[in-house]
Amino acid sequence: MAIEDQVDLVPDSNEGTKLTQAVVQTGVGPTTGLTPQTEDMMLNLGPSHPSTHGVLRVLLELDGEVIRKAIPDLGYLHRGVEKIGEYRQYNQFVPWTDRMDYVAAFTSNLAFVQAVEGLMGVEIPERALYLRVIFSELQRLASHLLWLGTHVMDLGAITVFLFSMREREAILDLLEMQTGARLTLNAQRVGGFPKDIPPGFLEKLKVFVDSMPGHLQEYDSLLAENPIFLRRVKGVGVISAEDAIQWGLTGPSLRGSGVAYDVRKAHPYAAYDRLDFEVPIGTHGDVYDRFLVRMEEMRQSLKLIQQAVDQLPGGPVMTGDMRVALPGKEALMTSIEAMQRHFILAIHGFKAPVGEYYSAVESPKGELGWYIVSNGENHPYRARCRAASFVNLQSLPVMSGGSMISDVIAIIGSIDIVLGEVDR
Amino acid sequence: MGLIVNRFRPSVVTTTADFLFNWAHRYSMWPLILGTACCAIEMMAVGISRFDMLERFGMLYRFSPRQSDVMLVCGTVTKKFAPVMRTIWDQMSEPKWCIAVGNCASAGGPFPTYAVVQGIDEVVPVDIYVPGCPPNPEAIFYGILKLQEIVQTQTIARTGPKPEKKQALKR
Amino acid sequence: MAGYVPFKGSYTPPAAGVDPEQNPAVLKLREAMPGAIEEVSAFRDQVSIRVFKEHLLEVCTLLRDTPGLEYDFLTDLTAVDYPSRAKRFDVVIHLYSMSQNHMLRVKAAVGDGETIDSVAGIWKAANWEERETFDMFGIVFAGHPDLRRILLAEDWEGYPLRKDYPLLGYGTYTS
Repeated sequence: MAIEDQVDLVPDSNEGTKLTQAVVQTGVGPTTGLTPQTEDMMLNLGPSHPSTHGVLRVLLELDGEVIRKAIPDLGYLHRGVEKIGEYRQYNQFVPWTDRMDYVAAFTSNLAFVQAVEGLMGVEIPERALYLRVIFSELQRLASHLLWLGTHVMDLGAITVFLFSMREREAILDLLEMQTGARLTLNAQRVGGFPKDIPPGFLEKLKVFVDSMPGHLQEYDSLLAENPIFLRRVKGVGVISAEDAIQWGLTGPSLRGSGVAYDVRKAHPYAAYDRLDFEVPIGTHGDVYDRFLVRMEEMRQSLKLIQQAVDQLPGGPVMTGDMRVALPGKEALMTSIEAMQRHFILAIHGFKAPVGEYYSAVESPKGELGWYIVSNGENHPYRARCRAASFVNLQSLPVMSGGSMISDVIAIIGSIDIVLGEVDR
Repeated sequence: MGLIVNRFRPSVVTTTADFLFNWAHRYSMWPLILGTACCAIEMMAVGISRFDMLERFGMLYRFSPRQSDVMLVCGTVTKKFAPVMRTIWDQMSEPKWCIAVGNCASAGGPFPTYAVVQGIDEVVPVDIYVPGCPPNPEAIFYGILKLQEIVQTQTIARTGPKPEKKQALKR
Repeated sequence: MAGYVPFKGSYTPPAAGVDPEQNPAVLKLREAMPGAIEEVSAFRDQVSIRVFKEHLLEVCTLLRDTPGLEYDFLTDLTAVDYPSRAKRFDVVIHLYSMSQNHMLRVKAAVGDGETIDSVAGIWKAANWEERETFDMFGIVFAGHPDLRRILLAEDWEGYPLRKDYPLLGYGTYTS
């Protein structure tokens, strides 16, 4: 049935008429042999969208369904955290770091606290270092589980979301045992942990770690050989290793392209140099490789937690350095200088020496670093967050040139951004 | 339903109709999640298998304002995002309610800065404020239950002078 | 804690631990472009090089292309505001070398209203970082492909991270 016969159908809107008229005039199709006239369309993947993992706006220049340019528009969650950092004492600022990468709050806390400890030159006790490894890896698992759930839910596999969030609830229970909060932990002070792990924590952790490989096997069985999933992620969003390094990509996205850069191996912190783990690397740099890298990272996290629990020493969890640490209860009740020190630290905080320091940790998203400039006061002069998701998101236009709209959703999911970090 | 709102004085007709409409509104409220920040993760947690508080009460997450009844603003609203939120609120059709989930949406939260709207009631009318940073999923759901109680007290009867034109549902 | 020894007196940080003049990047720069370096310093184990902003592009190209230095990864680009100085801003660039595994900090002083060269041509990662620095401080980067605000609304007035901008901003949303 030729198109001319279809023009007599009653259109339900004005646009329909124009469209059919345009089609008739340009004569699309093999029957007439004329070339179609097309126009680029600007589509707004708006800030309030179920699949953009927060308030990210992406302007897509489309040629039909193929994307010419994907321009992210940020700032819908810019809260001015770096300016708040200039007005809060060092220990007081830790809760704001939670709210930046709210999915993996412990690594955000750790990154900031580590930078301050480097600035002050504080030594951390061994038990605190191993506990930091345990909590960081637990948080890496939680973040990757949320990533897995939301990423594949965007692609349509909703079952995996419910399964992975169930595992994540077990991790949040463990974190709640230690800190009292599920999501925004405030788990670190400058110098270590404010209190030791509660009794029963290690047993519950063991139960969780033993059950986890079975669950990972479940996700594999649902996804790894699923032809729909493979069709949607293989060969999509490719970025080469040179491009990735040029654009500042870090984390599993960089490792999916074949570059073996992991802050835990390059600048070891918190007992990682004493533990034995591998860093998974991909080859093609597409969404599927990033997926595989993160799945393998989850297994390596379990291995790290097991080793850290086996090697966990006794001792204090807060440094004995009296410049930053509160004195314990015994000293507080018996020594007047301890009481004074406690008072001053609690009210006024400690003063950092004049200087600057940059320190990074491997958050589940990438390299999360803090650059702190101090001019001798009890609050930072400039607290700058090198947010992994902000720099990773820059490579979205590079990865998505030439893909289709549904691929953009997969690519945004595979870069694994969290808008609190992007916009700070 | 617009034909009978605000036409009759309170009587047995309106109370029966009230019961029916409020029952329908109450037990089939579809939330629109305007998830911005950390509270959105807790909002997602309300729906997952551990808490599972949505499907049991007739709720279904919708992401389109045209298809939802109650707007759950979860997370910080910045001055750049506030016009978008207002547009979405205007696109929702009556009857509509708004719940401000978390400290940031209620009052600006821990961000007394240049870029944050200190409470979304500067932008949209809010019915319920759920405090917490972030609130426990059970706390969020308690807020939704409180909203259901408010919905139960609505009436379609006319309690004032006869209006000139048809009005929306009076609260 | 038993055996608490009260802390008395002021604290002096330990010596830097690393001599900045022995750093290979410093040696290379002193040899190739001696006039570019304003100051070299170290704090803890991190070396900072302060260069004059006119030589910034040459210095960065040298740091990226010299074999042995190979700073191919831009970690961070930001600015710090010292309002009491004549050249009030310090643009701070953190560089990292993937192959050699060392880190460097390069600083350049810029005054209010002056422009500084953009390094987005050398490391593409600097693109958004410079936009953010422009957004927050008002430093104009010459040669940047697309310098506009990134985190705040396009029509925002003022540069929030400057020290004279109040934390609460000017006015509430509705005013």
